[in-house]
Amino acid sequence: MPVPRVSRTPLPGIGVRYDLTTREHRRLSVIAHRDGARTLNAYRRDDPDECALSVKLTGGETEALIDALMPSHHSPNLLSTTDLGLVAERIELSSISHWNGRVLGDTRMRTETGVSIVAVLRRAGAIPSPGPDFRLAGGDTLIVIGTREGVEAAAAILGRE
Amino acid sequence: MHSSAVFLIEFGAIILALGLLGRFAGRFQFSPIPLYLLAGLAFGKGGLLPLGTSEEFVAIGAEIGVILLLLMLGLEYTASDLVSNLKTQYPAGLVDFTLNALPGAGMALLLGWGPVAAVVLAGVTWISSSGVIAKVMGDLGRLGNRETPVILSILVLEDLAMAVYLPIITALLAGVSLAAGSATLAIALGVAGLVLFLAVRFGRVISRFVSSDDPEKLLLVVLGLTLLVAGIAQQLQVSAAVGAFLVGIALSGEVAEGAHSLLSPLRDLFAAVFFVFFGLHTDPASIPPVILPALALAVVTAGTKIATGYWAARRAGISVKGRWRAGGTLVARGEFSIVIAGLAVTAGIEPSLGPLATAYVLVLVIVGPLTARYTEPIATFLTGRGRKQQMPEVLKPGLIPAQPQAMDAMDDSGTVGRP
Repeated sequence: MPVPRVSRTPLPGIGVRYDLTTREHRRLSVIAHRDGARTLNAYRRDDPDECALSVKLTGGETEALIDALMPSHHSPNLLSTTDLGLVAERIELSSISHWNGRVLGDTRMRTETGVSIVAVLRRAGAIPSPGPDFRLAGGDTLIVIGTREGVEAAAAILGRE
Repeated sequence: MHSSAVFLIEFGAIILALGLLGRFAGRFQFSPIPLYLLAGLAFGKGGLLPLGTSEEFVAIGAEIGVILLLLMLGLEYTASDLVSNLKTQYPAGLVDFTLNALPGAGMALLLGWGPVAAVVLAGVTWISSSGVIAKVMGDLGRLGNRETPVILSILVLEDLAMAVYLPIITALLAGVSLAAGSATLAIALGVAGLVLFLAVRFGRVISRFVSSDDPEKLLLVVLGLTLLVAGIAQQLQVSAAVGAFLVGIALSGEVAEGAHSLLSPLRDLFAAVFFVFFGLHTDPASIPPVILPALALAVVTAGTKIATGYWAARRAGISVKGRWRAGGTLVARGEFSIVIAGLAVTAGIEPSLGPLATAYVLVLVIVGPLTARYTEPIATFLTGRGRKQQMPEVLKPGLIPAQPQAMDAMDDSGTVGRP
């Protein structure tokens, strides 16, 4: 399986165009606008210089699309997956979360779901292996590892408001 | 002397009218520039409802409008963009200049306006409108097309050429002697070259000096720096606009991004004031006598721009259809033609030049988006290269590797025809 080659063309004043030619000789390109927007283009078969489709996407729409394109996709917070049935996910606490200001032990996460919380991301950086007396705050992102079902359950617990 | 209340009422009425006109233009998907010009004509001397708005304020506003237009243009490009384009695309730039500037100069000489007016009109017909063209390409969904980099590189070269051309115009209009003019030009070129060099080398340092996390401070620093440099450039007889353009070039990265988003609304406001100001200074009664030359010039230079785009795209190995698209897209003239004509109007040379430029830009800013859309289908139809004879076209060298035709014939899921 050869790695597909993406070529890069600068578009002065607009941004950068990334081109990809698929195995079936179809051309796709993405224009990265300087303001963060993206345009997704697919080319006509009868005139390979011209776009048959040209869709402008906002930053959020782009992220949603990337997410849908990811292989073995299940949820928007996937870090990586393994073949062993374990998944790692980022789960964010909302600012009005029930757990805001409570300690990690109160969530009874491991007992209830069997997942491990391997790190908490805060603006200042990452706190690895937080203990049960670690105090959570709204806006924290928890990195959890467990089975698919376990992680879903953990997301439900952490989503309490 | 106007009381400030009257001034506020009149200026407010103009801005409000511009806003409504802009919405009207937006509804019909075309550039508001012609409407702003028409508004200026209506409010000016001999117009429908002449306003006595404080001339001085509008004049200063117009000046700032030009400076901001050029600053934003500079922010769009990095110095390395300019340098690499200049290295690879200069033949296209030369063809562009020859085909499009000379008809303007020729027309001015035909009308007996003298050499200075000829140089000004050459600029008016030469420079395409990057603003209108970028918008049209976005609207037509052509930003990803293969001819687009060709179109953009021609626009970049024109904008870079402005940095040389505007000081020449400024010197000519000031009526300086040949020696003094050459000195000015040498200074201008030297400064432009130095700024480009510094921007390529030390762009990061300059940007760090200007950089600020706080939008308010960034706005003040960038705006202050720009006006200061523009003023100094004007003092050196180099043209304020070029000073602003070079400031824009020197700023890069995050600072350029931030400044771009902060200054956009300011630019829109003052640029609108500038177009109105230009219209205010044009007496509508002076337009009918120059309609015919303006139309002739518009037809000729629409043709020469199409030829320019065709040639440049062919040089870049784009297929015939893409060449026609590139040509048709480049036709629109707009803000910079008016900027150049505005310099001449304020300097008070040939009185018919302003009206001619106004009529010319009004025609091409409206026709430009249409030629962008329809040049290729019409040309394809006229040259009889219908879809039936597509095959040899696709297999021409210089294209991306042609797709196996057999596969194409087998596969019926392709996109044939316009969606």
